[in-house]
Amino acid sequence: MTYRAAIVGAGIVGSAVARELTRYEEFDVLIIEKEYDVGWGTSKANTGIIHAGYDDEPEKYPRRAKLCRIGNELWHELSRELQVPVEWCGALVLAFDERDRGVLRGLLSRGRENKVPSLEIIEGDFCSDLESNISKDVVEGLWAPTSGIITPYEAVIALMENAVDNGARLHLETLARQIVVRDGTVVGVDTDEGFLEADIVINAAGMYGDRLSRTAGISDFSIRPRKGEYLLFDRDVTPKVHMTLFHTPQPTTKGVVVTPTTEGNLLVGPNAKDVKEYERDATMTTRDGLDEVWEGASRLVAKLPRRNMAMRTFAGLRPEPNHGDFIVEAYEKPEGLVNCVGTRSPGLTSAPAIAREVVKLLKERDFKLTMREKWKSSREAIRKFRLVPSQEKDGLVSSDASYGKIACACEMVTEAEIKEAIKRGARTFDSVKFRTRAGMGRCQGSFCLAKVLALLSQEMGEPPEAIMLKGKGSNIVHGPIR
Amino acid sequence: MKERSAGAIVIGGGPSGMAAASSCREGGIGEVLLVEREGALGGILSQCIHPGFGVLELKEDLTGPEFAERLERQVHDLGVQVLLDSYTNRLSYEKGQGISIWCISPRGLEVLKAPCLIYSAGCRERHAFEAGIVGDRPSGVLTAGTAQSLMDLHGLLPGKEIVVVGSGDVGLIMSRRFAIEGAHVKAVVEILPYSGGLTRNIAQCLEDFEIPLLLSHAVLEIRGKGRVESVVISKVDEMQVPISGTEREMKCDTVVIAAGLVPEVGLLERASVRIDPATGGPVVNEFLETSLSGVFACGNVLVVNDLVDHAVEQGRLCAKSVKSFFDGSLQRPTTWKKATPGKDIRYVVPHLFSGERDNIFYTRVRSPRGRCGLLLRELSKEVRLIGAKPSEMIRLNLKKDLLSQVKDDLTFEVHD
Amino acid sequence: MTKRSLTCIICPMGCKIEVELSDGKIFNIEGNACDRGLSYAKEECTSPKRILTTLVRVKDGLLPVTSVKTTRPIPKALILSAQKELSSIVLEAPLNIGNVVMRNILDTGADVIVTRSIKKVQNDSFVHP
Repeated sequence: MTYRAAIVGAGIVGSAVARELTRYEEFDVLIIEKEYDVGWGTSKANTGIIHAGYDDEPEKYPRRAKLCRIGNELWHELSRELQVPVEWCGALVLAFDERDRGVLRGLLSRGRENKVPSLEIIEGDFCSDLESNISKDVVEGLWAPTSGIITPYEAVIALMENAVDNGARLHLETLARQIVVRDGTVVGVDTDEGFLEADIVINAAGMYGDRLSRTAGISDFSIRPRKGEYLLFDRDVTPKVHMTLFHTPQPTTKGVVVTPTTEGNLLVGPNAKDVKEYERDATMTTRDGLDEVWEGASRLVAKLPRRNMAMRTFAGLRPEPNHGDFIVEAYEKPEGLVNCVGTRSPGLTSAPAIAREVVKLLKERDFKLTMREKWKSSREAIRKFRLVPSQEKDGLVSSDASYGKIACACEMVTEAEIKEAIKRGARTFDSVKFRTRAGMGRCQGSFCLAKVLALLSQEMGEPPEAIMLKGKGSNIVHGPIR
Repeated sequence: MKERSAGAIVIGGGPSGMAAASSCREGGIGEVLLVEREGALGGILSQCIHPGFGVLELKEDLTGPEFAERLERQVHDLGVQVLLDSYTNRLSYEKGQGISIWCISPRGLEVLKAPCLIYSAGCRERHAFEAGIVGDRPSGVLTAGTAQSLMDLHGLLPGKEIVVVGSGDVGLIMSRRFAIEGAHVKAVVEILPYSGGLTRNIAQCLEDFEIPLLLSHAVLEIRGKGRVESVVISKVDEMQVPISGTEREMKCDTVVIAAGLVPEVGLLERASVRIDPATGGPVVNEFLETSLSGVFACGNVLVVNDLVDHAVEQGRLCAKSVKSFFDGSLQRPTTWKKATPGKDIRYVVPHLFSGERDNIFYTRVRSPRGRCGLLLRELSKEVRLIGAKPSEMIRLNLKKDLLSQVKDDLTFEVHD
Repeated sequence: MTKRSLTCIICPMGCKIEVELSDGKIFNIEGNACDRGLSYAKEECTSPKRILTTLVRVKDGLLPVTSVKTTRPIPKALILSAQKELSSIVLEAPLNIGNVVMRNILDTGADVIVTRSIKKVQNDSFVHP
């Protein structure tokens, strides 16, 4: 029996679930995504941390506590299989006073309860040995060596490429309006592109998870948007840090973080500001928000770069569930509905574990699942020319001269990589950017915008005015001058 | 790895690089490589289709591409080896071995080697984030150079309802270009109480097209889901702090940022070359030599020039220094004298001098003035100026007998 | 009687010149320090002229447009019409600086010439710079 499984939402959770379901014989997987590309909601605008797992109280937030630590472990192999850059740089939660010291002890015992390995509390001096750029006021730190950093949008792209390679079908620019239920069973999803039949609907609709769930009759939770703003610095800017630095957490937020990224940039943020319930796309940065982030970051480190050197500022929304814990549940009524929502932090870390949990829940609901004999566990990333060893660069250019034409000077991105990204489905400037890093350097696309636009126009066979920056209505230029 | 040796390597084929390369050949340097990352020489001039180039150099008022073509003809006539589509990202230096530059191009990876390097890589532009603008991040936010490239190279109109941030010459000239090509420039927003551009440009770019100039205003925020929908503009005080209550929304579909240029010194920085935070360019001595022996800098990467003629002059100076490097006459003193920016002076280039020869100094004032005096403090010598604006670089030719009188420091100041 | 203030652009002095006009006829000019300023103010108020620099479409070239200019200043009031006159023209590559695009545009006595050479595309597969 083949089940048509429709996943709504191609973010980190949706794409992890998609990949996981393609392992099984019984599933015909389709993913419904309203944006022009995958991962364009919360997944592309977060801190990119693979949390160790000491933050989540197991009694209060059992799913978060369990799935975070398992997810953390799963990312080791997963990042290798999918060729997603990850750095296991570790994290320090910094204590500045007695209250903080107490909190660290709480985190330590909670972490041990959650089975997080290798946690220890260390004295301020040893903290500076680990990370020389911490504030002189640090008295103690919780050292979590299993904490890591990942590039979240690369993770989503990789998961989905692998899922599609294994037979999943991705419907972009398709807005899911309603989960259709008949006689207590899910029969499909109503979208603005028509009705899509499905026996199983997995709701991974992120910021809109509660609204979509409500259409299927499940409304025992609600989601609120919480905004976090960030400042990002170019990798050549100093001073830096070499591991993720945290404040002691607050009830609503882990607090402002100072962290390196896998590409060597310095990332600072987020704050945590609840925005209006209906402002679920409000990703604008604000002066106050950025000031708050800067103030928080300044207390963690000895020295930050000059603030006006920030290469980019951005903001993302997290889907805060009213009860606080993830909603990962398969329902008896309606049969066939699985909710995977409210995946605020540690959603990114937990995603691979959530995917496995979905399989477990489906089995519990008596869906038959047999593993396929042939399943591709790995996918090849677009080779970054910048990272290719010098000896090999020459050979690459001989094999394809477009490796010898640098389109993005700041990040050393070649025309070959951009063409590959377009071949893999990139249709907008941002899609090219997230797959190649073109436009992510110090000039923020000033030099490469025209070139990427020309390549998109040429490779897609579309006039320049039809090329979008990031989705509907975001045309890059108005049209030819005449 | 393929290697290529030369007498001199010039990185950057804009006006200063072309002039430097040609002058190196004129000076008798054997093999001169001019390395350019685009598919054609010309640098920024190829897209500056307005006149105003070569007034000093050639006594003609040419457009950018015309001036570039003159320089390019010289480059080819003098036998400079031009490497196009050639991207450089690494400089290494070994005592006795000279300079090595890693270069990627459709020819593959080559290591270019020479005893001397002239670095003329120009600038990038300050973008919206660096201008402190917050809000949404829609399509339609462009730096002036990008808008100019889209329009004047690729024939594409960036938008129809445009707000320009910055009233320097770049912002003014782009406003005129937009207006001529059929877009509506709603306003030029300037944070200072005065425009940074030439009076001629305010008249011919703004007044001619009835484009409002909003002085002491700032764009605080950009709004728009897919494409720009509006900006939030506010009046600012003398400290450039937004005045609460003066915010208003202006509808537009494009925001063009003309907020200044930043020298592209990444390659030098990674080779630990000393950079002057006041210019953003390398610290240089009177030979325009950086802190790395045999590495010289000219054009906008050294100091942001207003006139291409000065960029060209700096290129020729570098070539002269390279010649001196080879014939042994590049005498560096045991200690350099320092040219220091003093009262109301932003920077002075070159930073170091010997006092043993005539030198050209380039400098700028911090605030606009009428009749004033540029004082060389330790020499008690004053140069009278009719007027001085931060947007007009001052070029001073100081003679050896004056400079030799300086003990350690020569401070440049401005007085009314 | 109307009074017009302008800043002279002829030299860095930037004299503030006041011109009194009535019905397009100049009655008085004050504030100029020299004769060049006087002529500038006269012309600016009676028949201001500008050089037009704009783009013209190109066929088969390495770039889709090239830059052009008028060989001498033309009446300011005709600038936008002159640009429109040029908008229907498509030049064919190769182009050299100085090639004439249009003679005596709008009867101003100024020609329009190419200011940026454009090479011809070599083959069918055209890649933008």
